[in-house]
Amino acid sequence: MARLQSMKMKRVGVLPGFGLSLGFTMFYISLLVILPLSMVFINTVSVEWAKIWQTISDPRVMASYKLSIGASLTAACINVVFGVLIAWMLVRYRFPGARIVDGLVDLPFALPTAIAGIALTTLYTKNGWLGQFLSFKVAFTPLGIIMALTFIGLPFVVRTVQPVLQNLDQEMEEASASLGANRLQTFVKVIFPELLPAALTGFALAFARALGEYGSVVFIAGNMPMRTEITPLLIMTKLEQYDYAGATAIAAVMLIFSFILLLIINLLQWRTNRKFI
Amino acid sequence: MAGHVSIQYPHSPVNRTMKESEPRLVKWLLITAALGFLCLFLVLPLVAIFIKAFEKGSAVFSAAISSPDALSAIRLTVLVALITVPLNAIFGVAAAWAVTKFNFKGKSLLITIIDLPFAVSPVIAGLVFVLLFSSHGIFGPWLQAHNIKIIFEVPGIVLATLLITLPFVARELIPLMQTQGTADEEASMTLGASGWKTFLLVTLPNIKWGLLYGIILCTARAIGEFGAVSVVSGHIRGVTNTMPLHIEILYNEYQFSAAFAVASLMSLFAIFTLVVKNLIEWKAKKSMVSEEGGF
Repeated sequence: MARLQSMKMKRVGVLPGFGLSLGFTMFYISLLVILPLSMVFINTVSVEWAKIWQTISDPRVMASYKLSIGASLTAACINVVFGVLIAWMLVRYRFPGARIVDGLVDLPFALPTAIAGIALTTLYTKNGWLGQFLSFKVAFTPLGIIMALTFIGLPFVVRTVQPVLQNLDQEMEEASASLGANRLQTFVKVIFPELLPAALTGFALAFARALGEYGSVVFIAGNMPMRTEITPLLIMTKLEQYDYAGATAIAAVMLIFSFILLLIINLLQWRTNRKFI
Repeated sequence: MAGHVSIQYPHSPVNRTMKESEPRLVKWLLITAALGFLCLFLVLPLVAIFIKAFEKGSAVFSAAISSPDALSAIRLTVLVALITVPLNAIFGVAAAWAVTKFNFKGKSLLITIIDLPFAVSPVIAGLVFVLLFSSHGIFGPWLQAHNIKIIFEVPGIVLATLLITLPFVARELIPLMQTQGTADEEASMTLGASGWKTFLLVTLPNIKWGLLYGIILCTARAIGEFGAVSVVSGHIRGVTNTMPLHIEILYNEYQFSAAFAVASLMSLFAIFTLVVKNLIEWKAKKSMVSEEGGF
């Protein structure tokens, strides 16, 4: 085994193109990712700290953080519950149209977000197909924002849980059943712990995507300051007023938050992969 | 890898006995709940788009999609996709080759940086190019002196779309090429093939379905991107309006039928994307099965 490994290590050197491919990759991401994103921090540092703090702790901005985080968390929670349920149905049950349903789950990846936004708004306004039957308002309230973010995040949980469920060892469930556990006990104590890392990864992915989402939310949110104004929209508003320093400061807060989330996601995925592959 | 999920290679369904399954009532309750949720969140909005598009008759529909502004928006959207998708596809192949065929320090950091655009808000992806290239940006004065316009013009839209769609192909290929390893390429090289020949005749056929899938996802996002493009576009009708921006303008002017008419065109493309994606998964599964059977 050790000899095989060392042979493999040596033979890696045979393949060409290391310099070319890595050089091109580094050049490309430096130009398109590293340089542009570092501008946010370079521009923030050049402004005095007191002014930055004033911008990012303004009550209107604080209200937008609360709304963005709260709505994204709620949507991600809904996505975990129904995402696991849908993945379960697709892997374990046979029913007519299963293939079509499976394909449809990816719709939020394929449909432009702005279109999702106007479609959901049309459904949930006071005179809309669904809005007219509801006694409470959905469009132009935080509830509408949650609806849009749930739409955007749905495939993440389904597509991370589904492969884990497919690869789950059947024998554990059989053992659990033969030892006298009922189906619910088996699910809670045997299956669910196995799904948890994948479900958490899906949750984090959906949450991260929802935090930055703009296109689907602006139409349904109503965009009232302090009430239904999400943080990305606030960046947009500041830009339209040519307040570049303000927009950049808020963007820096969001970027730092995103980096932390990305780190957590990578850690979770590393753990999931170590367990199942 | 925030924002992205890899291609699924479906397993064959397992036959199970009644003992390991739920009671029939529970099973159908769960299916009803799941399908109900999917209807409410996915099917109904999709159906609404097409019904709203034809609400005022097919004359309004065809007028909306053949107006000069709509046609120029379609042209610009196609142009942006034609520039960004090939560039990001080449980048994706190069990045996946470097990351999966060689060992070097800082590899996982590199993968994390490739993932970054998934975690960044589209609005910020637009903002960063404003900070670079607008008249207030660091390259602003120089660009003005040389009379080059990027922000509020087509180049800005291309740059923002490039950043947003950068990881799609790379993210698809990296896990795929990792599982395939380097044995095939090494055999080809040992037998005397050149590096390019090995890549074209050995690697490319191995990764073709993953590559195609990445390109399709990348195209869907490039065409539909709204937030980032909205920041850097001048919003000038017939000049710097992409299809999603054109839909926004129509919608905000209460021309709902026209907005949904253009939206239905884009939705058709989204459905086409889903169909192709499923065909690819089916093909990938079939080629995996035939490989297993061949030995």
